[in-house]
Amino acid sequence: MVTVTQPGQRRTPKAAKTNSVAKKAVVAVTGIIMVLYLIAHMIGNLKVFAGRESFNGYSEWIRTIGEPVVPAQTTLTIIRIALLTVVIAHGWAVVSLWRQAKRARPQGYVTKKAVAQSYASRTMRWGGVIVGLFIVYHILDLTMGVVNPEGPSTTPYDRLIAGFSNPFITAVYVVALVLLGMHLRHGIWSATQTLGQSNKRREKTVNLFALVFSVVLIGGYLVVPFSVLFGLVG
Amino acid sequence: MTATQEHPTFASGTAGDDPAMAKHGMTLTLRVWRQKGPQHKGKMVTYQVEDISPDMSFLEMLDVLNEKLILAGDDPVVFDHDCREGICGSCGLMINGIAHGPEQTTTCQLHMRKFKDGDTIDIEPWRATAFPVIKDLSVNRQALDRIIQAGGYISAPTGTAPEAHSILVSKKDSDAAFDAATCIGCGACVAACPNASSMLFTSAKVTHLNLLPQGQPERDDRVVNMIAQQDREGFGGCTNIGECSAACPKGISMETISRLNHDLLGALRAGARPKS
Amino acid sequence: MPLDLFAVGDPIADTKAPTDVPIAERWSTRRFRARLVNPANRRKRTVIVVGTGLAGGSAAATLGEAGYRVKSFWFHDSPRRAHSVAAQGGINAAKNYRNDGDSVHRLFYDTVKGGDFRSREDNVHRLAEVSVSIIDQCVAQGVPFAREYGGLLDNRSFGGAQVSRTFYARGQTGQQLLYGAYQALERQMAVGTVEQHARTEMLDLIVVDGRARGIVARDLITGEVSTHFADAVVLATGGYSNVFYLSTNAKGSNTTAIWRAHKRGAYFANPCYTQIHPTCIPVKGDYQSKLTLMSESLRNDGRVWVPKERGDTRDPREIPEDERDYYLERIYPSFGNLVPRDIASRQAKNVCDEGRGVGPGGLGVYLDFADAIGRLGRPAIEAKYGNLFDMYAQITGEDPYETPMRIYPAVHYTMGGLWVDYDLQSTIPGLFVIGEANFSDHGANRLGASALMQGLADGYFVLPNTIGDYLADGPFGPLDDTHPQVAEALGGVQAQVQKLLSVNGTRTPASFHRELGRLMWDLCGMERSEEGLRKALDRIPEIRHEFWTNVKVSGEWDTINPTLEHAGRVADFLELAELMCVDALHRNESCGGHFRAESQTPEGEALRDDGEYAYVAAWEYTPEGAPPVLHREALEYEYVHLAQRSYK
Ligand SMILES: Cc1cc2nc3c(=O)[nH]c(=O)nc-3n(C[C@H](O)[C@H](O)[C@H](O)COP(=O)(O)OP(=O)(O)OC[C@H]3O[C@@H](n4cnc5c(N)ncnc54)[C@H](O)[C@@H]3O)c2cc1C
Ligand code: HEM
Ligand code: HEM
Ligand code: SF4
Ligand code: F3S
Ligand code: FES
Repeated sequence: MVTVTQPGQRRTPKAAKTNSVAKKAVVAVTGIIMVLYLIAHMIGNLKVFAGRESFNGYSEWIRTIGEPVVPAQTTLTIIRIALLTVVIAHGWAVVSLWRQAKRARPQGYVTKKAVAQSYASRTMRWGGVIVGLFIVYHILDLTMGVVNPEGPSTTPYDRLIAGFSNPFITAVYVVALVLLGMHLRHGIWSATQTLGQSNKRREKTVNLFALVFSVVLIGGYLVVPFSVLFGLVG
Repeated sequence: MTATQEHPTFASGTAGDDPAMAKHGMTLTLRVWRQKGPQHKGKMVTYQVEDISPDMSFLEMLDVLNEKLILAGDDPVVFDHDCREGICGSCGLMINGIAHGPEQTTTCQLHMRKFKDGDTIDIEPWRATAFPVIKDLSVNRQALDRIIQAGGYISAPTGTAPEAHSILVSKKDSDAAFDAATCIGCGACVAACPNASSMLFTSAKVTHLNLLPQGQPERDDRVVNMIAQQDREGFGGCTNIGECSAACPKGISMETISRLNHDLLGALRAGARPKS
Repeated sequence: MPLDLFAVGDPIADTKAPTDVPIAERWSTRRFRARLVNPANRRKRTVIVVGTGLAGGSAAATLGEAGYRVKSFWFHDSPRRAHSVAAQGGINAAKNYRNDGDSVHRLFYDTVKGGDFRSREDNVHRLAEVSVSIIDQCVAQGVPFAREYGGLLDNRSFGGAQVSRTFYARGQTGQQLLYGAYQALERQMAVGTVEQHARTEMLDLIVVDGRARGIVARDLITGEVSTHFADAVVLATGGYSNVFYLSTNAKGSNTTAIWRAHKRGAYFANPCYTQIHPTCIPVKGDYQSKLTLMSESLRNDGRVWVPKERGDTRDPREIPEDERDYYLERIYPSFGNLVPRDIASRQAKNVCDEGRGVGPGGLGVYLDFADAIGRLGRPAIEAKYGNLFDMYAQITGEDPYETPMRIYPAVHYTMGGLWVDYDLQSTIPGLFVIGEANFSDHGANRLGASALMQGLADGYFVLPNTIGDYLADGPFGPLDDTHPQVAEALGGVQAQVQKLLSVNGTRTPASFHRELGRLMWDLCGMERSEEGLRKALDRIPEIRHEFWTNVKVSGEWDTINPTLEHAGRVADFLELAELMCVDALHRNESCGGHFRAESQTPEGEALRDDGEYAYVAAWEYTPEGAPPVLHREALEYEYVHLAQRSYK
């Protein structure tokens, strides 16, 4: 008797070491944590309209919470470590899924049309990468000041004013923020789906919420650079 | 093969011979993916077909091409098909970049009236690592069967069943289970998904079985093992793009994916782990 | 009436049904008397199951669960694609959930009568008994049957039955039942009791020392021809309607497995019994590759008519009421549009033969919903038939809400098949045949929703119980390719493959298939006459001869080659067709789906001849040139009394 292995039949590959859905849940949960941070950060940024002292005071406050019970910067350090972990986890899960997708279709179609995917969903990956690069730049710019026109030895407020007075820097921020908006527009809907909370009935509401939320959030961010650029602040 | 070759006439026609048809037939340019086998490289080859009636199905149009090729001594184009009525799930072609073509139905139920005289049509196989090409447009989709093997069933050995009316199932659940159960395993979702993910297929089965009372005892293991198998087969992970559902001839909804995610996360929390 | 075309052999009889007890006790008695294989020994018994439709899928899964070593073969890429998946309407079971007077006995009675008294009572009674367990089994597997708001299973009446005993899952009952069996089968494959051979086509049966011991199969991807051995072989390969080329069967449905088994000694019973379904979408043009069924349920609300005048080509909506002929309502005032399938089909043919048919080629009649839409409103019709109307619109490009549907009969089901006894064993020991591939339960006409029932009855409940009695004698010892009978079978298949590729003629296999189909439809279709059948019997050998000298199969043997597969199947159809015509010619009576022009009442209804023909015709194969041998199995009716059907 002959048992033939057919060509074109895959051998059963190695044991399961991935779980794409669990990874996706990591993306969603870390995404949501980042969204929460972004809400707080946006509100903090709006203090710029309250003037230099207020803004710098906020920056100061964030570094001294809990003092003297805990040493200076403790809370901030915790936040930073948490954020860093979250960003790394988000990035790791995303990259791992991205590679899995690449392996899943090494040879693309000669002709392929998109039927359902939105621009936002299609730009998740590269958009995310750009947002990631932006974050690095942004920290170098405003937190560390190393790439800021005013340099590191100034207050955050001054760095901010200096940066956004430059239309070029403002443009960079605007592009990044718009991309981030799209990332969230799809991401928020996507996270509900990933966490198994979406259904036909809710779909419309979730989509509307994602849209409104993203617009408000990004709008909240954008008023700052534009106000500086047009001289409303500073 | 020559582009102008006549399409063969037969010793016997079947009912409904309509000489007027010849005049009204369309001429189409087909660019078809030809690949000798899994180990060979493939390429697009251009053919022309004439006398295509708008009432033909897409596969009948390919039959016309193949009869020409056979008589010319060439290899006919291999594609899978069987029922030709949209239910067996055998057929499936990428037509002009859309899985199953411009209508949300199976390839065999797509009719040529969707095309115009002079059109060029690109025809490719489903492309995914988990669906290796066998030849031309035919791919091996047994990976989907192995996902079912991993847990897409209810263990009910013959003869052990209780009286059918001993368990009531609400009409709502039963209808929702049915909607998901209509998946024909064609693989268009995989073909259409930018990640080559079989998530819609897997979620349709999980939804069907997990909605029913009979499916409860195995529900956690089912979802965990089916997803593990899906990953093992080399499908991509789902990132909620939605191309799959738009291509699905049975209209399986994205809600099933959410349901799978829900069940999977619940199962993991409850401690279920895939068998290795 | 002996003819020059066949010889008469000894009568044949079923010896397995325990006729010493009343009919209602025979199945349990048979199970009790059948020998068993001890669970520890089942691992040492190998069973080959060919086919994964409702019959084969359920049998392989159940045998695997029972502990036998099962090898499962199918030609599709997945077991889930077997043509059972296409069944729409439903499955019967004598559950009497409606309290409308149904019972095992009534289902038994209806099936014998519906089969026009040409089926075996014992088998039919068992089918009715087992039907009840099938529903339980399927529900346990998660088959999502239609339910009522209270959570109970819904039923409908089907095919003119007077009780509601049909269980259904929207218009996709076959699909859902098949997935249940498929999932059970995949589960067994996962645990390793069932070995899988996808895309593998059985091309011959291996018979050694009088026992079926294996098959020769071709791997459709590599082209490799190999042998597979077992202690018993089960064929569940479906029906052979595709001998007509155009039918409601899938393109791949074929007769190859049972025909080759027939050539190895299994008798072929009642090959001429074919069922023609009245409501299919008509043929459009000569490129047409298959026909699509529209569910019979449409006749509940649609009215069938043709114009009174011949050659009336007006838009149907412009033909006034009094120029229409609602012929079913006219001829059968009490049943009207709901007459059984065979009658509705034949009357459609009659009006078309008179030149009153509609649509291209004049082969169609109207199925008009205008009245129903007027009476119930469009939403009600949409709710009931929406998916069918959509399917019709998809295929024809016409809107059936606006203009009447056009329908025409098409070949749908074959009641004939390999002869089996009560144990479902053929005349070759160790060869079992189940599902549509056997002839067992439907006589000359199958009732709606009872093929699914039979397939699952055979696979889940009957075969797994009866096969043990045979396997108890096993195992039958090892075999290999050097055994002369094995080598002969293997060599024969290889030679045929080579032969098909080497003819290198000028006609495609499809062109021969179309020619044969047209001939069979015209001369051995809805109405058969001695003259026509003789003409067909003259012509078929000529086509066959031309096939073997002028067929063109391009491509290679060692890769997937659908043209080569098709050619092999056409070759078998070309042989089977001849036996069908001989059977149709020898049976000079009309019964069920077999209508002989010579045997009708003055009103043109089918006229049975119970005195002459109350038997099963089991044909023995003889090599080309010698006439086939007829073995008669006399049919006795102890419980249902012979009566003429009437639907006036
Ligand atoms: C359109 C349609 C609608 C129908 N509707 C109904 C209905 O509503 N109710 C009802 O009761 N009945 C219905 N029927 C009839 C019923 O569906 C069939 O009779 C029944 O499903 C046949 O099942 P089966 O298991 O015998 O064969 P199939 O399901 O045809 O399976 C055949 C199997 O054999 C395999 N096979 C065949 N030849 C070979 C070979 N040479 N080598 C290897 N494998 C092979 C195939 O791969 C397949 O797995 C319908 C039929 C059709 C066509
Ligand atoms: C116009 C928009 C923004 C403004 C004006 C702004 C402003 C600032 C300022 C002034 C700081 C320095 C605070 C300090 O050092 O005390 C800061 C830090 C930071 N910002 Fe922004 N920001 C903007 C957008 C964003 C966006 C879109 C993101 C993320 C995607 C982001 C992420 C961060 C992070 C991670 C830090 C570092 C926090 C820390 O660890 O100190 N910011 N931002
Ligand atoms: C601070 C900024 C970020 C926020 C707030 C954020 C938020 C989110 C959210 C909510 C999701 C949806 C999760 C889901 O689909 O379930 C998501 C998905 C995604 N994010 Fe981010 N993200 C951020 C940064 C990034 C970065 C830096 C990258 C790039 C490395 C990135 C790449 C992605 C991708 C690719 C997805 C799609 C999900 C997938 O493809 O699996 N994101 N993000
Ligand atoms: S989910 Fe839809 S597209 Fe995917 S296999 Fe099932 S039927 Fe095909
Ligand atoms: S298109 Fe792909 S990413 Fe998910 S939603 Fe569908 S499987
Ligand atoms: S051929 Fe069966 S679905 Fe298309």
